[in-house]
Amino acid sequence: MTEEIIIAGFGGQGVLSMGKILAYSGVMADQEVSWFPSYGPEMRGGTANVTVILSESRISSPVLNAFDTAIILNQQSMDKFEPMVKPGGVLIYDPNGIIHPPKRTDINIYKIEGTMIAAELGNVKTFNMVVLGAFLKAKPVVKMESVEKGLQKSLPARHHKLIPMNLEAVQKGFESLETVQVV
Amino acid sequence: MGELRLMKGNEVIAEAAIRCGCDGYFGYPITPQSEVMETLMDLEPWNETGMVVLQAESEIASIHMIYGAAGSGKKVLTSSSSPGISLMAEGISYIAGSELPCVIVNVQRGGPGLGTIQPSQADYFQSTKGGGHGDYRLIVLAPSSVQEMNDFVELGFQMAFKYRNPAMILTDGVIGQMMEKVVLADFIPRLTDEEINEKYGSWVTNGRKPNRERNIITSLEMDSGRMEQNNIRFQEKYAKMEEEDVLFEEIQCADAEYLLIAFGSSARVCLKAVDLAREKGLKVGLLRPITLFPFPKKPISALAKQVKGMLVVEMNAGQMIEDVELAVGCAGNKVPVLHFGRMGGIIHSPSEVLAALEQKLIGE
Amino acid sequence: MELADIINPNNLVYKKPKLFTENTMHYCPGCTHGVIHRLLAEVIEDLEIQDKTIGIAPVGCSVFAYKYLEIDWQEAAHGRAPAVATGIVRTNPDKVVFTYQGDGDLASIGAAEILHACNRGENFVVIFINNGIYGMTGGQMAPTTLIGQVTSTTPNGRDVGRNGYPLKITELIAQLPGTSYVTRQSAHTPAAIRKCKKAISKAFQAAINKKGTSFVEVVSTCNMNWKMTPVKANEWMVENMFPFYPPGDLKDGSRTDPESYKTLKN
Repeated sequence: MTEEIIIAGFGGQGVLSMGKILAYSGVMADQEVSWFPSYGPEMRGGTANVTVILSESRISSPVLNAFDTAIILNQQSMDKFEPMVKPGGVLIYDPNGIIHPPKRTDINIYKIEGTMIAAELGNVKTFNMVVLGAFLKAKPVVKMESVEKGLQKSLPARHHKLIPMNLEAVQKGFESLETVQVV
Repeated sequence: MGELRLMKGNEVIAEAAIRCGCDGYFGYPITPQSEVMETLMDLEPWNETGMVVLQAESEIASIHMIYGAAGSGKKVLTSSSSPGISLMAEGISYIAGSELPCVIVNVQRGGPGLGTIQPSQADYFQSTKGGGHGDYRLIVLAPSSVQEMNDFVELGFQMAFKYRNPAMILTDGVIGQMMEKVVLADFIPRLTDEEINEKYGSWVTNGRKPNRERNIITSLEMDSGRMEQNNIRFQEKYAKMEEEDVLFEEIQCADAEYLLIAFGSSARVCLKAVDLAREKGLKVGLLRPITLFPFPKKPISALAKQVKGMLVVEMNAGQMIEDVELAVGCAGNKVPVLHFGRMGGIIHSPSEVLAALEQKLIGE
Repeated sequence: MELADIINPNNLVYKKPKLFTENTMHYCPGCTHGVIHRLLAEVIEDLEIQDKTIGIAPVGCSVFAYKYLEIDWQEAAHGRAPAVATGIVRTNPDKVVFTYQGDGDLASIGAAEILHACNRGENFVVIFINNGIYGMTGGQMAPTTLIGQVTSTTPNGRDVGRNGYPLKITELIAQLPGTSYVTRQSAHTPAAIRKCKKAISKAFQAAINKKGTSFVEVVSTCNMNWKMTPVKANEWMVENMFPFYPPGDLKDGSRTDPESYKTLKN
């Protein structure tokens, strides 16, 4: 089994760290993983995206133009990555900031009100964890305990006190995924 | 089994350097490889192993610091990206001409000029044909995974010291910036001064000892006869590398009718393209040169007798293809060798590689 | 008087330093390099540091400096000697390292390397030979060439509008917090030579005691490219170079105490 994921949004939304936690969760579950970010000045305030691949076998290309899942967090990324979802694949998006919702009819589409839920949780920085939770509901590629281990591995020790809050956000996201279309 | 980590390619270079008993790193920040020095400064190896880490005032200074330290028998490393490597060309030529060992990491970005910070393989010529002035070669290793970024640091040093010649790890922004699982090597202690004197006493400049002649590190020789002899010796060394130290990987080549040839991150893209092709029933294989110098001429020449065509996939306008053509043509083969390049920081997608293969070669 | 009466130990006033090799020097008659090489050999011998001293030769007339002293040497690329010295001394902190550089090497092509090495306070000695001209390439303008001075690239004399001002690099170096001892010497009279030797010795002791960068400029002649006899060149140097590059110590102490800076807390 191989899961090829693109996570795309604005710099500052926690796109790269969400990918990192996902990658770490894969490592904890003994999977092969790769994490390839957009890098350089464009990530500072501009668009940011990361390709994460989780697999049971050797990963070939870390760079892809077709994805099993696209997690889309702004309009530019919708424009760019909606066409790159494989037929039958999954697109998850946060409607906040999306003007033109996805139009494809050959893919599974889900919504997550990540921005709103994070605000309700009282910490907008947990936004990416809410979205991660929603993704895991749509695609249970790693178990929740691997995510917890992944958080422990990817966060420096001084931030470990934040793990319960992050896990709560993941759980909230998991419960809040809305189905738009299933093919 | 060493420690398993999830790390960026650039970060792994730093870890591997510390763990292999490196004595010093000298460098200058440039995207997309600044994490190498940042990681080293964060890890503070000077407390644990005594390794020196210094941010120099320029790439020019960095490479000449490498020259000085290497000349005293130390195991030293620098890293940069394309424009910085151009600045280092002077020092690299001196290091080759003075026959000193060191490892230089080039995390390539697109050029020419300031170009782009996105990945590229356009420094193939510069790395494999010399790059600076004079007749010299670097040992060039092209990792295609984060694991190989780790492994090639120590391998590069072994080759560099074997030949007393600079070794380059030629990688790019993809491998430098991506994270993968990596098994780190165990720590090797740095050599003591006594060990350096014992192993390299015939050439190191660390203070003349009573039991040896003074040593001089120089590339200067005003007598043309002797300078020619020096050059002949260098060429013999490069020929020996071609004899003994060629590395490459063959993937699904046994029954291949068509061959992709690619190195580094392009080879990863091609690996996926091979899978896509095989799903369609096309017998496609991949040859991945691991040492770009010495270049794997023999396996390419052998496959030229087997396959119907070769497609060289590079993130440049066509550089390694010249070495492929030489390897194919030297053996009198007539198989078509075509090129598929992307430039300017654009990475091939696996499906466009497959499409190019079908259109350019199979469609004929 | 018989020859044996003259050549006997009691009459010995000059002998080859122990650290000189048998190689015949390539320098022009009247050149100051030979004198300074001798002072270096004597100082290294006096301080008994032959087995831990590494010299860095530059590009310029003294490119072959490594042929003449029985110590380990590295030959650097043009201007890069301070970077080479940094690489050695950082990875071999207990060795004594010196660079030997001319004005073109140090103050022109190698200006960045010398300034940054001195600013970091790298623990090595710099011997800077300033004769205001490029010797090896045949007498072109150097950064330290005086205004109006004739060279092959300033045939009508150095013109400020075209060529800029002579660079007092040693004064700049003395401003840098990493330097400990910065001095300007000459080697045109026995007295000056004795003083110069003391300065070189002091600079080496500063390196042995890890005090930071020590820097000895020696204002020198290039009678060949100045197109003068050696005696006339010495006179010309005293008359024209000394007013602009006055001999004497510019700094005598130790590198700046970091405590004297406001250090940001993090």
